Amino acid sequence: MTIATPLRRTPLHDAHVKAGARLVPFAGWEMPVLYTGVIDEHLAVRKRCGLFDVSHMGEISVRGPEALEFLQFVTCNDVSRLVPGRAQYSGLMLPNAGFVDDLLVYQLAERDYLLVVNASNSDKDFAYLQEHAARFDTEVRDDSPLWGQIALQGPRATAILGPLASSDPSALRYYGFAFLEVAGVRCLTSRTGYTGEDGYELYVPAADAERVWYALLGAGERHGLVPVGLGARDTLRLEAKMALYGNDIDDTTTPIEADLAWIVKLGKGEFIGRDVLEAQAAAGPTRKLVGFRMNGRVPARHGYPAHLHGAQVGTVTSGTYAPYLALNIGLAFLPENLWAAGSRFDVEVRGRMEPAEVVPTPFYKRER
Amino acid sequence: MEPSNLRFTKDHEWIVSKGSPARVGITDHAQEELGDIVYVELPEVGRHVRAGEAVGTIESVKAVSEVYCPVGGTVAEVNRALTDAPETVNRDPYGEGWLFALAVDTPGEVDALMTPETYGAFVKG
Repeated sequence: MTIATPLRRTPLHDAHVKAGARLVPFAGWEMPVLYTGVIDEHLAVRKRCGLFDVSHMGEISVRGPEALEFLQFVTCNDVSRLVPGRAQYSGLMLPNAGFVDDLLVYQLAERDYLLVVNASNSDKDFAYLQEHAARFDTEVRDDSPLWGQIALQGPRATAILGPLASSDPSALRYYGFAFLEVAGVRCLTSRTGYTGEDGYELYVPAADAERVWYALLGAGERHGLVPVGLGARDTLRLEAKMALYGNDIDDTTTPIEADLAWIVKLGKGEFIGRDVLEAQAAAGPTRKLVGFRMNGRVPARHGYPAHLHGAQVGTVTSGTYAPYLALNIGLAFLPENLWAAGSRFDVEVRGRMEPAEVVPTPFYKRER
Repeated sequence: MEPSNLRFTKDHEWIVSKGSPARVGITDHAQEELGDIVYVELPEVGRHVRAGEAVGTIESVKAVSEVYCPVGGTVAEVNRALTDAPETVNRDPYGEGWLFALAVDTPGEVDALMTPETYGAFVKG
């Protein structure tokens, strides 16, 4: 017999049902993929503001006398550059310098960190961290059930959050965070996001998530704030050229190949995968994640082959119609002769060759 | 409510029940499920297709879906306006959003498809 694993629900599940969201299974969770439509929601975030339930993300706490040394050993970015109140994008590394996951590392206090990881990898990450933590004087704890997570993203984000918050959230710098009271609830309020817009990610005690969600929706009404599902989250992140684990990066791709060399700090000392990254940095990678546009009308999709002069030279990792740019964009692993903007190649779509062209990234960059 | 002059497949295509060539499209339920349609790929005029054969592709922002031919026949005409305005399928799936017209091999095959009432019940499950 098969025993079906029930899908997990976020603390905001009832709110999504009431709002008429379309709920789909995602990484073991029942998540809203859209409320009204992907394109509408995407444009709302670019022009006004959107509210996302991202409570499926995993939260892992790392603390103890050797918490810093431990995180330096398992991640590729330099955790010693953090101070309490700052966050960092990084990679959890395998010995081959592939990604166990990509993640955010928040420094809460001295020797006290919070890792925010992908829902699909949360259990794997926790097991991997526990395994390596045995050699360090540190405690690793899965705090995912404690937290709901709400992202408020778009040019109106500060105007919406400000009046609800105990202090001015725009005092936070990009990748800065603080514990603010929002609608009377103490939230880890972070100036981060996955959309290419200004905005905040709020880590909320699970029991209070609904209260914060409705307070934000209410305060945002006159600013045109709408709830946004995972569908638009994916198109927004791709326009901003942010990697998606399982699509663009995985346990076989290194940060250097993924065009994320800026999160690789070889000078910080020993860490898992460092030898591979050092060699790759010296010799140069043979493939790199590059942004492209389709010159025809057909969208490229994950897994489509990339061809040059009839031979396969790479693979598309993400592809979609980009609602704000109104064209078909994608990311692909390509060889060095195709890295320059303007390079032309073909994407194989259902057996046909469709012309594509490398373009500068991010595809979309907000005006500041 | 589905127009009474159409017949329906369980794959959510419709075909005009009388006359040939008969227009073919996807149902309101199908366009709703797909969401924002951004690309429509139609068959070549003159191609002969069997019932249930993949005859076109519709892509929403998120997904790629195949369109299956409701009955056997020869493609007589395609709706070229959809190339520039694929969202027409969302807006008017039973009207301007038709996909192609089929010279039907055997009219009896059309009669065997679901009526609007049967399809309505099928969608409600």
